[in-house]
Amino acid sequence: MLKDITLGQFFPGDSITHRLDARCKLIIVVLYIAALFTANGYISYALVIAVTALMIAVSHIPLKSLVRGLKPVMVIIIITAILNLFFTTGTPLVKLGPLTLTKEGVVRAVFMVLRITLLIMGTFLLTYTTSPMALTDGMEQLFNPLKKIKVPVHEMSMMMSMALRFIPTLIEETDKIMSAQKARGADFETGNIFQRAKALLPLLVPLFVSAFRRADELATAMESRCYHGGEGRTRMKQLVWAARDTIALLLFVVFLAAVIALRHFGL
Amino acid sequence: MTPIIRAEALQHTYSAGTPFEKVAIDQINLDIEPGQLVGIIGHTGSGKSTFIQHLNGLLKPTSGTVYFDGEDIHRSKEATRDVRFSVGLVFQYPEYQLFEETVYKDIAFGPKNMKLSEKEVDERVKEAAHFVGLSDDLMECSPLELSGGQKRRIAIAGVIAMRPKVLILDEPTAGLDPAGCRDILQNILDYKRETESTVLLVTHSMDDAARLADRLIVFHSGHIAFDGTPPEVFSHTLELLEIGLDVPQAARIAEALRERGVKLPESIYTADQLRDAVLDAWKGAGAC
Ligand SMILES: Nc1ncnc2c1ncn2[C@@H]1O[C@H](COP(=O)(O)OP(=O)(O)O)[C@@H](O)[C@H]1O
Ligand SMILES: [Mg+2]
Repeated sequence: MLKDITLGQFFPGDSITHRLDARCKLIIVVLYIAALFTANGYISYALVIAVTALMIAVSHIPLKSLVRGLKPVMVIIIITAILNLFFTTGTPLVKLGPLTLTKEGVVRAVFMVLRITLLIMGTFLLTYTTSPMALTDGMEQLFNPLKKIKVPVHEMSMMMSMALRFIPTLIEETDKIMSAQKARGADFETGNIFQRAKALLPLLVPLFVSAFRRADELATAMESRCYHGGEGRTRMKQLVWAARDTIALLLFVVFLAAVIALRHFGL
Repeated sequence: MTPIIRAEALQHTYSAGTPFEKVAIDQINLDIEPGQLVGIIGHTGSGKSTFIQHLNGLLKPTSGTVYFDGEDIHRSKEATRDVRFSVGLVFQYPEYQLFEETVYKDIAFGPKNMKLSEKEVDERVKEAAHFVGLSDDLMECSPLELSGGQKRRIAIAGVIAMRPKVLILDEPTAGLDPAGCRDILQNILDYKRETESTVLLVTHSMDDAARLADRLIVFHSGHIAFDGTPPEVFSHTLELLEIGLDVPQAARIAEALRERGVKLPESIYTADQLRDAVLDAWKGAGAC
């Protein structure tokens, strides 16, 4: 159950997507999202879908894993679809009591669902193919200019990489404690909302205790290795910008330009 | 006699359908007779913890069936929950599961979930605390303030308090000092003798396994490599060493002596047996 949370999970591999520089992939995701939100016609959507399919194909990530990533936001997708289906004014198609299904509504609903689905798939493709370490390094370097105006870029990226590092640990720990309490007859699955909230106590208390213990240990471990912030710190794994990164980036710039042009012509 | 626990063609795959797919145990067939102390050994990652979590229904087998007292433990949701009270499982490093304000309340968590009367709960908490040697003045302390060894006892007491017919302990002595290990093992032996329950003990220590168990089950990469009485299992000294396991020190010394041409009988695995065998061999040699 908890194991199904794939948020921010990294699937190690050796595809082109895996080998691209994290900075390049981050910029590409921004371009991709921009294109996604620019598209507003059949042809531009078809183009975005084609590019997404290509991205998935070259990254060797099984479609199943990407679809599973959609599960947590399924509710949002369904609500969006329903709202758009029935609350768009236009040519009526069917009347269901007080609700009217319009032609424009159907089109809007399909577009919105596509947009959310593609958005999630695109961003998941990034986290699936980029190790958390590379991802945070990439972000730190991209946001580096903000250091000039005293934004704690290094600290923020350090916090983010720690959070990413500890998500799986915490999930594992939650699973373990849950099992241990279930072995003593704890019941997390039945009862009304208050009973369930109360039933969580045997899970949350040990989880917090251990999270604080871990934080403490980690701080000690970092300090005993003389960590003192980002000043003058070097990296074991340097990010390297290769020719393929430039090419990939250019391709996506062209892609965004194409979508903007299509929008301009109303396609 | 019907076995109290029977595992049939048990197989478990973690993260099925992802790149992290892992078959943790495969084709496990096993009958456990009531009243035995069964030692489960095998090195890290061999599937011991996965296996024992099937016995009280915490993990559902990918394929295969687990029977408790002759009945499938997954035949209904209620049955699966009830079996948790009959098959008590103490996890590895159980001290991290303590959550109540006082030791007493923490031990009472299991019995309370069984919906027992207040009086019955009280009785069981006291009994369980006695079994693991926790004194009365500790009962009102916060479990988080106590030492690691004491926490471990509280966690074990929390399971014993449910009076399970089968008690399973996953490496209960891991990370304790030698005296703490000895005490806890003695507590477990006393508990088994007094309540006549079945005990499954997962352990790393071959010496403990050799000394305590009536039967030994050796796990190796998800399969059962050996299964039998300690003399039977330790007669495979060389194979055990081959799959990267230790054997009791006495068995290793005996093997070394055999290599040097001393004639010793098979299956020596405790210090006492070794002493007698060496004395016999000595006398035999002296007679020539
Ligand atoms: N929750 C889990 N998710 C995925 N794999 C697991 C999980 N728990 C154990 N494993 C894997 O299953 C195998 C058996 O593990 P385990 O049963 O814990 O062995 P042992 O207790 O003998 O050390 C190991 O390879 C381990 O990595
Ligand atoms: Mg284990």
